[in-house]
Amino acid sequence: MAEEKYVVEVDHLKKYFPIKSGILQKEIGAVRAVDDVSFRIKEGETFGLVGESGCGKSTLGRTLLRLIEPTEGTVKINGIDMTSVKKKDLRPLRPSMQMIFQDPFSSLDPRMPVGEIIGEAVREHGIVSKSEYRDYILKVMEDCGLRPYYIDRYPHEFSGGQRQRICIARALALNPSFIVCDEPVSALDVSIQAQIINLMKDLQKERKLTYLFISHDLSVVEHISDSIGVMYLGTMMETGSKEDIFAKPLHPYTQALFSAVPVADPDHKMDRILLEGDIPSPANPPKGCKFHTRCKHCMGICSQVEPEAKDMGNGHIVKCHLYDDK
Amino acid sequence: MRKYIIKRILISILVLLGVSIILYTVARSVPGDYVTNITAGNQNITPEMEAQMREQYGLDKGLVEGYVDWLVDALHGDFGTSFVYQRPVAQVIKEYMAPTLALSGIALTLEVILAIPFGIWAARKQYSMTDYTIVAIALMGISLPSFFFASILRIVFSIKLGWLPISGMLTARMNYQGFDLFLDYARHFVLPIVVFVITGVGSMLRYVRTNMLEVLSADYVRTARAKGLPEHKVIYKHAFRNTLIPIVTLIGGMIPALFSGAVITEGIFSLEGLGNVALKAVYNGDIPYLMGFNMFIAVLTLLGTLVADVLYAVVDPRVRY
Repeated sequence: MAEEKYVVEVDHLKKYFPIKSGILQKEIGAVRAVDDVSFRIKEGETFGLVGESGCGKSTLGRTLLRLIEPTEGTVKINGIDMTSVKKKDLRPLRPSMQMIFQDPFSSLDPRMPVGEIIGEAVREHGIVSKSEYRDYILKVMEDCGLRPYYIDRYPHEFSGGQRQRICIARALALNPSFIVCDEPVSALDVSIQAQIINLMKDLQKERKLTYLFISHDLSVVEHISDSIGVMYLGTMMETGSKEDIFAKPLHPYTQALFSAVPVADPDHKMDRILLEGDIPSPANPPKGCKFHTRCKHCMGICSQVEPEAKDMGNGHIVKCHLYDDK
Repeated sequence: MRKYIIKRILISILVLLGVSIILYTVARSVPGDYVTNITAGNQNITPEMEAQMREQYGLDKGLVEGYVDWLVDALHGDFGTSFVYQRPVAQVIKEYMAPTLALSGIALTLEVILAIPFGIWAARKQYSMTDYTIVAIALMGISLPSFFFASILRIVFSIKLGWLPISGMLTARMNYQGFDLFLDYARHFVLPIVVFVITGVGSMLRYVRTNMLEVLSADYVRTARAKGLPEHKVIYKHAFRNTLIPIVTLIGGMIPALFSGAVITEGIFSLEGLGNVALKAVYNGDIPYLMGFNMFIAVLTLLGTLVADVLYAVVDPRVRY
C-alpha cells in the first residue's frame, strides 16, 4: 500500500462565503459552504461525492481547482500545494487539473467553433507543436467519439450528449491528471448518460485519470466510483470505499440517503428511512453534529459536541457519536 | 439571407405607411395651425385673408384629402415646401444636417467609448466601491434633465469661468479662417457634447454592465479560467465578445439618433441643426417639414434595426436567416 500515489490530498479545507450587510458592508456572518473537509484520491481512481443539493458539493469541486479561493486548509494535487501557489503562478498548473460542468449548454462559448474550444488552451500552454496541432485536436476528438468534420461547427449545432463529449474533449486536450466532474450527466437523457459514463471510464483506464465525480444520482455514483464521500451541510459525514459505503453505511444520514435508492426488483421491500424537517441553513448550521436536528439516533451529546472523524477500518471514516467507543 | 432582407424591406414599407398616417393625423390635429401662429396678434388680418392663406398652404383641406395629397407627392419624391423656411423640405434637411451630425456623431462615439470599458469594469468588480461609484454616476446622468444640466454647465463654464461660449455655433463678428474657424466651432460644441454624453451614456453603460454580468457568470467563462487562459483573454475573448451580441442592437438603434438625438440640447445651445429646426417646426406647425423630417427618421430607424439584425447574424453563429 505504501507505494500507492495520491493525486489529490485535501486537508481541513474550508470555504466560508461572508454575508455582508448595511452601508459599511459589515460582515455579519458566513455561509459555511465547505466546512473542514478532508479526503484523498488515489491515482487512477474515482471519488464519488454525493449529497443533497446545496450541501456544498460544487463549491468543494471548484475550491479544489481554486476557481474559488479557499478560506482555510490545503489542497495538494500531484503533491503540489495549490492553496499556497501565487495566483500568477497558478496558470501553468491549470492544464493538469480540469473540470467538466453540469450544463453542457452553458459551458461552451457559443461564439467559438468546436476546434477552437478544444484547442484554444492547447495553444496557450504550448502542449503540442504547431505542426502537430491539428492532428492532435482531431485525435482528441476521435477519442471522445466526435467526428473530424465537427471541428468547424458551433456548439448550438450539437445535442446535449455531443456537447458533453466536446466538454470532455476540451478537458482532455490539456492532458490533465485530475478532472473534477460536476454532475456531468445529470442534464442528459438516461440512455446518453450511460454512453458518457462509459466514455469517461474508458478514458480513465487509457490515461490513468483521477476523477472527482460529483453527483446526486447514487446509481451513477455506484457505477463509476471507487470510493465515496457523503456531504451534508458542507461537512463530509462519511468516506470509504464504494463497497463499504453501499454494503454497510454507518452514518445515519448515509443510511437514510442510500435507503432511497430504488432496486430493480418488484418484490423488494423498500425500507426507506424518511428524514423529517428541512436542511438547516448553512449560514446558521446547528451546533454540535450538523445532522442532529434530523437524526433519529440523536443523543444528548450530538447537539453539544461536533463528532470527530473516526476510522472504522479499511479507510472507512465516519463523523458520528454513535461510533465513539469503537 | 437575401430573401430575408427583401422580406424585411417589404414589411418596412407597410410600417412606414402606418407611421405616416399617424404622424399626419397628429400633426394636423394639433390646435393652432401655421396660419394662426403667424397671424396671432396682428389686428389687420381679416377672416378672408386667413382663409386665403389657409388655401395657399393647403391647410383648408380635410385630414384624408390632405394626407392623400401629401402621400402622392411624397411617392413622387416631393416632400413639399417648408412653411417656415419657404424652401423644399429635402433641401432644408440637407442644409442643417452638418451640425447635428457633428454633435451626435461625436457624442455617440464618446458614449460607446466610455460605456463599454466602464460597463465592463463595473461588472468585473460587482458590488465593490468602484461598481457603486460608476453605477451611481451613470444613474445621475440618466436622471439629470438636459435643460437643467445645460444651465448649470453654462453658469459654471461660460458665465463664472468664461472658458466657453454660452451658445451659438460661431463667435459673432470674428471672421476666423482655416484652423481658427475649426477651433471656434469646436469651442461652441464642447458644452452641448458634454450634456449629450453625460445624459446619454448611463443607459448604455448599465446595459453593458448587465449583459457583462450575465456572461461573466456563465459556465464557459469559468471553463476559460479553468483552462488556464490569462485573465485578459477570459474577459475579452470569451466574456466581452458574447456581450457584443446584444450591444450590436443598441448600436443599430443609434443610427436615427445621429440625426434626431439632441433636439432639446440643440435648442438650448442655439445650434443651427436639424433638432433645432424640428423644434421650430413644432412651435409653428410647419407640417411639411415635420412630415419630411419624421419620415426621414422613421426610415433610418427601420434601416437601423435591419442593419442590427443583419449584424446579429454576423456576430452570433447561432443566428441564421
